[in-house]
Amino acid sequence: MIPFPTARTAAGAGPVSSAPAAAKAHVAIREATRSYVARDTGRPFHALGPVSFDLREGEFFSVVGPSGCGKSTLLDLIAGLCAPSSGSVHFEGRQIAGEVPDGVAVVFQEDASFPWLTVYDNAAFGVRRNGLPEKEIRERVDHALSFMGLAGFANAYPSQLSGGMRQRVCIARAMVLRPRLMLLDEPFGALDQQTRLLMGEEMLKLWRDTGSTVMLITHSIDEAVLLSDRIGVMSSRPGTFIDIVETGWSRERDCKTALDPRYGALQAQIWGMLREESIKAMGVKP
Amino acid sequence: MIAAALPHEAVGQADLKHAWLRHRVAVLRAAVVALAVLLLEAATRLGWIDQVSFIPPSRMAASAWHILWSGTYKADILLTLYAAGLAVILAVTFGFLFGVLLFKLPRLRRVLDPLLLSYYAVPIFVLYPMLIVLFGLNRWPLVALGFLFAVVAMAVNTLNGLERVPAVLLRTARMLRLGRAQEVRLITLPASLPFVFTGIKLAIVYSFIAVIGGEFVLSGAGFGYQIAYAYNNFDNPTMYGLMLLLLVFVGALNLLLHAMEQRLYQRRVLKELT
Repeated sequence: MIPFPTARTAAGAGPVSSAPAAAKAHVAIREATRSYVARDTGRPFHALGPVSFDLREGEFFSVVGPSGCGKSTLLDLIAGLCAPSSGSVHFEGRQIAGEVPDGVAVVFQEDASFPWLTVYDNAAFGVRRNGLPEKEIRERVDHALSFMGLAGFANAYPSQLSGGMRQRVCIARAMVLRPRLMLLDEPFGALDQQTRLLMGEEMLKLWRDTGSTVMLITHSIDEAVLLSDRIGVMSSRPGTFIDIVETGWSRERDCKTALDPRYGALQAQIWGMLREESIKAMGVKP
Repeated sequence: MIAAALPHEAVGQADLKHAWLRHRVAVLRAAVVALAVLLLEAATRLGWIDQVSFIPPSRMAASAWHILWSGTYKADILLTLYAAGLAVILAVTFGFLFGVLLFKLPRLRRVLDPLLLSYYAVPIFVLYPMLIVLFGLNRWPLVALGFLFAVVAMAVNTLNGLERVPAVLLRTARMLRLGRAQEVRLITLPASLPFVFTGIKLAIVYSFIAVIGGEFVLSGAGFGYQIAYAYNNFDNPTMYGLMLLLLVFVGALNLLLHAMEQRLYQRRVLKELT
């Protein structure tokens, strides 16, 4: 396996069991809000915030919240896909406003594979824009495809693959970029439960191997508890953080972590916070 | 040995059956056409149909063959091809630009939408006299007719293609930090290509219809004119020979374009459906 040059090793720090509270802020969000004028009603729509929190370098952070609470908007702000209406977002000390910075990769919920390119060319697409030598590109792509279990499908077209495999193509494309910050916008949302669990394990492995910071948006409490160092629990729209929960898992976690007695307690704690918010989001009285 | 041979044989049979199932429709289609031709041949040879009005298909084929190899109508055939070709090039170019413009300017689109929808209700050939006044008695009115008949199909399909580029692909382009020009070249165009190609296919078909139809009505040369000329002079073998040539040419062209289109769609659109 090719070792990844990572933010963590570049900073000279050794492997850490779980992101300690003292770790430096990779992304700093201060009083960020997002509102826009709704196209159909013409009224201003307050989608998110104000939100303030830090993503620590190298941590696995999940965001859970009721549907429509602005989780994806939060991800867009951090990715630079949209600019905050007020407040600020800093990535590695530089302010982000509506421009995706270098070192950030996003995997979207929808299938974003390019149907006119082979799996190989899909995975190589982003890194080819960076002017790397072809040999380096080949090494990275081959590694990413075998990591994602797509080694035998390099010459296939996305139309020949299942939904889960296409999503893996998109993850491989992001992985090849060697991002220091990986943003995942419910990338397993459309997959069946079994595939989802397996993809979760893949993501853990990827996170451990690359040492990059990961933020995962999900609507599954199970997924969040199992995968994360910390879980941000959001309120219904306009979404703000009700609480940020530390799981305290070791870096070497896997699906057996679910057997830990703390696992159930964490699930119950988060569901306790989310239940009322979800009811509010549904628009019915408790 | 036997155990190993059995499944293999079963697979071979399955392949054969599969091939038949796949090509069954094509075989039946060819059979229907062949049967109709044979029926016409018999009907004309046996005198069920008067040979003054309809000649046997075999004689049509012989005449078509003769026309092709004697080169008598080479100039006319080339004239028609040039006019239609020019109309296609103009219609594809301007139709594409028009489609992009409609996509970029939603307000213009809202204004023009009903007009575009009812465009093909206009019998475009009634404009021919006006086009002659505008361009003079030469090949340009025909080119204009072909262009006008094809350009809107190209524009509408281009617009359709651009609208169908999934938003997530454009977000991916931004995530990969592509510039505007790169985004268009690497994402928007390839993603909308199947629909743009449908526009090109229709532009080709419509251009040929309009040019040959125009020649038929009012022209002094060209494929359509020669068919009309042969008709007026009771020159049945020439008329049917030319018609057969035209039919075969247009049919083959259409089949080719259709096959190319299918290949494009299979890769891209089926993915959306699965």
